Amino acid sequence: MWEYTDKVKELYTNPKNVGEIPDADVVVEVGSIVCGDALTLYLKLDGDVIVDAKFKTFGCGSAIASSSALTEMIKGKTIAEAARITNKDIVDFLGGLPDQKMHCSVMGQEALEKAIKKIKGETIEDEQEDEGAVICQCFGVTENVIRRVIRENNLATVEDVTNYTKAGGACGSCIPKIEDILKEELASAVAQPAATAMKPMSNIKRMQLVEETIHNVIRPVLMRDGGDIDLVDIEGKKVYVALRRHCAHCVVSDVTMKNLVEDTLKEFVENDIEVIEVK
Amino acid sequence: MNTIIYLDNNATTMVAPEVLEAMLPFFTRRYGNPSSMHDFGGDVEHDMEKARNQVARMLGAEYDYEIVFTSGATESDNMAILGTLQYYRDKKHIITTKVEHPAVLNLCRQLEREGYSVTYVPVDREGNLDVDFLFDSVTDDTAIVSVMYANNETGVIFPVETIGAFCKQRGITFHIDAVQAIGKIPVDVNALQCDLLAISGHKFHAPKGIGVLYVRRGTRLRPLLYGGHQEKARRPGTHNVPGIVGIGKAAELVMQHLSNSEEVANVKRLRDRLENGLLSQLSNAHLNGNKNNRVDNTTNIGFEFIEGEAILLYLNEKGIAASSGSACSSGSLEPSHVLRAMGVTFTSAHGSIRFSLSRYTTEDEIQYTLQVMPEVVNRLLAISPYWDAMNKKGKSMTELAH
Repeated sequence: MWEYTDKVKELYTNPKNVGEIPDADVVVEVGSIVCGDALTLYLKLDGDVIVDAKFKTFGCGSAIASSSALTEMIKGKTIAEAARITNKDIVDFLGGLPDQKMHCSVMGQEALEKAIKKIKGETIEDEQEDEGAVICQCFGVTENVIRRVIRENNLATVEDVTNYTKAGGACGSCIPKIEDILKEELASAVAQPAATAMKPMSNIKRMQLVEETIHNVIRPVLMRDGGDIDLVDIEGKKVYVALRRHCAHCVVSDVTMKNLVEDTLKEFVENDIEVIEVK
Repeated sequence: MNTIIYLDNNATTMVAPEVLEAMLPFFTRRYGNPSSMHDFGGDVEHDMEKARNQVARMLGAEYDYEIVFTSGATESDNMAILGTLQYYRDKKHIITTKVEHPAVLNLCRQLEREGYSVTYVPVDREGNLDVDFLFDSVTDDTAIVSVMYANNETGVIFPVETIGAFCKQRGITFHIDAVQAIGKIPVDVNALQCDLLAISGHKFHAPKGIGVLYVRRGTRLRPLLYGGHQEKARRPGTHNVPGIVGIGKAAELVMQHLSNSEEVANVKRLRDRLENGLLSQLSNAHLNGNKNNRVDNTTNIGFEFIEGEAILLYLNEKGIAASSGSACSSGSLEPSHVLRAMGVTFTSAHGSIRFSLSRYTTEDEIQYTLQVMPEVVNRLLAISPYWDAMNKKGKSMTELAH
């Protein structure tokens, strides 16, 4: 028997936001009936605010609870705010999930990510091309998904990867590949810079890159030391951020700002980004 | 009505009150070691030997010493297979089935890593064993054939008698995992012509931690454990006297139960009532396994478009205990190897629920379960994205699976 938190029990027993939105602005599906987990997410927007979110889920108790948590978390948020939600936030909202159930929270995040891409008008290409090679054939888990989850959750073992993505959990034949990916990710805890420097960047593109970089590169590093960061605003090339948790009271927070936040953004987004700390 | 409606008797069973009563003195007043040289211990040996005789009678064993007490069926299965391989060291081939319990299956997988070759005999869509496949797999290198009597998930009964006759004629050691048959159908080692047979106490109202390996007189077997002289040194270690007395009493109760045709028929009637009720009320439900050739207490029903663990959690809220072959509830990520081997689609394997009754299951409990299940299933269908797709958009299952 799984050790589910009271919050998980509450949300699978009486899930909130079950159903469809007939005039939804965005509808996305992730997962598949073959894998045993699938989620359809419906969003209703007013400008860039998510005014309603509903879901339908095929899956176990924690999949239902994760879906319900996700919809609760994003209702009333702007798209930019919602984009910052990770699977870890879903897990925190639920007060924790058993290790083997972490993939349920990842499914929630995937649905949200896909929905935001759709809102931004980005074409969701054929998933195989979009997300790189399929590593786990049994559950259709791609290399990019595995890499992202390793980075965002600081995963260190194949078992972790299986718990979060299911990859390697059935026949196990992809485990050597997962080991290789883990080795690479651990070796370069900071990923490759975006190779699209030269062209002048649109505001939208810049905002998006700043968000992604803070989210995928900077935040995990800070969180490893018990810190965190919030993106407060972006004005042209000025990025306003606030350091949170341990970082907020850290005596070397200025160094963190300069060496980590600003330099990383310069590397990944644009060379002349300026970071301003909001206390 | 009980506070819990227990329909998971293939997982474990309640200790029968008579069994508990028989065991209690051996924890308190009569705690002697049967191997001791004083009456305080020696007297206990009589009770232990009585229990051995009770088990021998339940299995139709010719000699009491063919009964070896173990810690449970996992040990018995391991002892049977490893003990045989240890004796026939030049033989490197094992035959078993794709749908065995992990106690056999995972041992065989380990043996493959150690250089043995293993044939896993397949089953058909209804879970029936391909016996001809088994016969054709035998070679001069085959050390042992190990087949379960009845499958734990579907209850389907395998033709172990036919296989026993075949193995005897070929001179190959034959082991039966009879864990799910014992207490449900008569088990007679002489009709079965098996050399080895494993049972577990807690599946038939004895406590956990006691099992038996039946070892036919003359069967070549080396022990797994080395130590004292207990069980003729086939299974050393101080005897689990309360457990042994308990399994003896439970064996006696099994014989009473199986000779009471009314009681036997009642288990089947309740199972059928539950099964027919669910299949007729719920359009997404269908039976897994051979309807006619299975033990009377088990039904395995696949509910399409919804997931098994979620069903169990909802049932749990209503005080009903059952089990599922779904991936999510098992801790592994793949749905039941048994249902997969039967070729049950992923879609319904994920939503499979096993109800397993006992002679203690009542009419009221089945009635209540029949009331609760449609509510649970409909609640989950309302959450499921696939149910809608089926109804509104008329998508087919094959489309959904892609």
